[in-house]
Amino acid sequence: MFAEFLQYLFSGVTTGAIYALVALGFTLVYNASHVINFAQGEFIMIGGMATLSLLGMGVPMPLAIGLAILLAAVLGALLHQLAIAPARQADVVTLIIITIGASIFLRGLAQVIWGKEYHALPSFSEQESIEVMGAVMYTQSLWILGVTTLLVLALALFFTRTLVGKAILATSMNRQAARLMGVRIQFVVMLAFTLAAILGAVAGAVASPITLTSYDIGIMLGLKGFVAAAIGGLGSGVGAVVGGLLLGIAEAMTAGYISSDYKDAVAFLLILVILLFMPRGLFGSRVAERV
Amino acid sequence: MNKKSLLRGLAAVTTLLALALAGPAPASDEPIRIGAFVSATGPASFLGDPELKTLEMYVERINEQGGVLGRPLHLVHYDDGGSASEARNFANRLLRRDRVDVLIGGSTTGTTLAAVPLAQRARTPMISMAGALTIVEPVNPWVFKTPQSDRMAAERVLADMQDRGITRIGLISGTDGFGRSGREQTLEVAEQFGIEVVADQTYGPQDTDMTSQLTRIRTTEGVEAVFNFGFGQGPAIVTRNYAHLDIDLPLYQSHGVASDRFLDLAGSAAEGVRLPASALLVPDALPDEDPQKPVVQGYKQAYEARWNTSVSTFGGYAYDALHLAVHAIEQAGSTDPKAIREALESIQGFVGVTGVFSMAPEDHNGLEPESFRLLEVRDGGWVLIH
Repeated sequence: MFAEFLQYLFSGVTTGAIYALVALGFTLVYNASHVINFAQGEFIMIGGMATLSLLGMGVPMPLAIGLAILLAAVLGALLHQLAIAPARQADVVTLIIITIGASIFLRGLAQVIWGKEYHALPSFSEQESIEVMGAVMYTQSLWILGVTTLLVLALALFFTRTLVGKAILATSMNRQAARLMGVRIQFVVMLAFTLAAILGAVAGAVASPITLTSYDIGIMLGLKGFVAAAIGGLGSGVGAVVGGLLLGIAEAMTAGYISSDYKDAVAFLLILVILLFMPRGLFGSRVAERV
Repeated sequence: MNKKSLLRGLAAVTTLLALALAGPAPASDEPIRIGAFVSATGPASFLGDPELKTLEMYVERINEQGGVLGRPLHLVHYDDGGSASEARNFANRLLRRDRVDVLIGGSTTGTTLAAVPLAQRARTPMISMAGALTIVEPVNPWVFKTPQSDRMAAERVLADMQDRGITRIGLISGTDGFGRSGREQTLEVAEQFGIEVVADQTYGPQDTDMTSQLTRIRTTEGVEAVFNFGFGQGPAIVTRNYAHLDIDLPLYQSHGVASDRFLDLAGSAAEGVRLPASALLVPDALPDEDPQKPVVQGYKQAYEARWNTSVSTFGGYAYDALHLAVHAIEQAGSTDPKAIREALESIQGFVGVTGVFSMAPEDHNGLEPESFRLLEVRDGGWVLIH
């Protein structure tokens, strides 16, 4: 009984940690610009696919991941410079629609360059599974959890201890005031997009050994990541992690104890209930919007 | 109808004029028009792309060898992008404007079913390359299909389980159209093989982890084997999770993943997995007395030499559709749609890539479950069983 429960828990934590990584990227861009960047999923895809094709060219794994992250960073900056910056006068909804357009564009590009097939990335560690009290866990899950923890800590330090991080937070709180205090808004927003792209690519590279990857993997992971970010309260790093894990574990427990048919239904019910009682999510800021 | 008779009249007058001017000319230089609508791009392009390549290649070849009934073949083809409404538009255009003699398509069950009423109304024979049983059951006099139905895949797998003395199984299937239909067929026919489905789990087509479902199947009392009916990357993840959980029961997959891609994705986890597949996957392993061996080997060589990519089962469906049509036209001795239809229906023992076709008025598929070969993965390759 306990081994069974533990197995469901491991399964949930594995998928949950992936959702959490994706959610972190949403959080970052939302903090800087109040835009929900629907191209976030595509950077996960780019992280996985670019690592894969570099590996195919004989590049060693750590370097391949590094280059894939670099590529994503450049694309993230370009996304901001070419699509978001020219429309800076537009309202947030327009910008969100632009990110949807960008995601379709990136997906199409990937389809042409990398084809439509699914690919598997090798696991980071030699040993693929470990046994814990009768249940088995992927060693890759530990990598994902570790990377997620590191990134959350790094982001927390970045936002509270560095000037640039504080500038991003200031921009999110009051754009006008931040500008008057000498914050270069466009630079800050571009930085947020670039960092989010980097986060996405990292997520793609560490998750691909489990999720497999293809040109359209970003659609589903992006959506689930967004849901996780919304549960946790958009803008909160800790919230993104808690939201992701909650979503993943809820899915796995439903599949295990109720029925795999209702897995997604229960996940969405969870969102409804949480957002009904806590409209700003579990860790969202409690301040009321000024009118 | 009026327009049709007017055109016929015009054609007759033109022919008379031509005859008067040129003297006795052979009436045979007008090409036989083959119409095809396939999903060459879009989500189902993995079906439509090899299908179109196969059709183009073999129409060329047949023409080089002198055509059919001394007339060349003319292939008119459109790409429906996997959309049923586009398929309907193109089928309409093929039937009304291009006035094709035989219709080949579509690549998916959805695009096929969208075109069926049109082919029936235009009284033109249509050969589909899609899997679902509903295309040919109940029989529509004008509609035929080349791939085996999902039910045959289920029957093939269940028969092998029966041979191994397995009576209680766990079923795990995708919630996409392919998995749903496969699940229903399996549940329907399992009893005939004395097999009880004691665990019935599903997963979404985009899911990335199926360990929960598999754990549940494993903890169900008395499960002796697991059958996964699915398509795309899902079954590869199931296979990886299965090995990860170290479940020590036979695992069966469906024909939905019968391609070398599955071996790449599942890696060493696929060892020992059994599945029903087209003979095309193991052309050289077939026994020499197998009538399909030369056909399958020939198709594989020709396709890979011409397109420089590996052959796929789906291209084989197009090979069979085109050659069944050509064979029927030759048998009928004309391109009269009714004659072609009757010739198609009476085809017996026609050796194709997918299997040996023996049509009947109540069977417009003409294949037996045995046309699926049962394969097992050993040392990262396919091995033919039985």
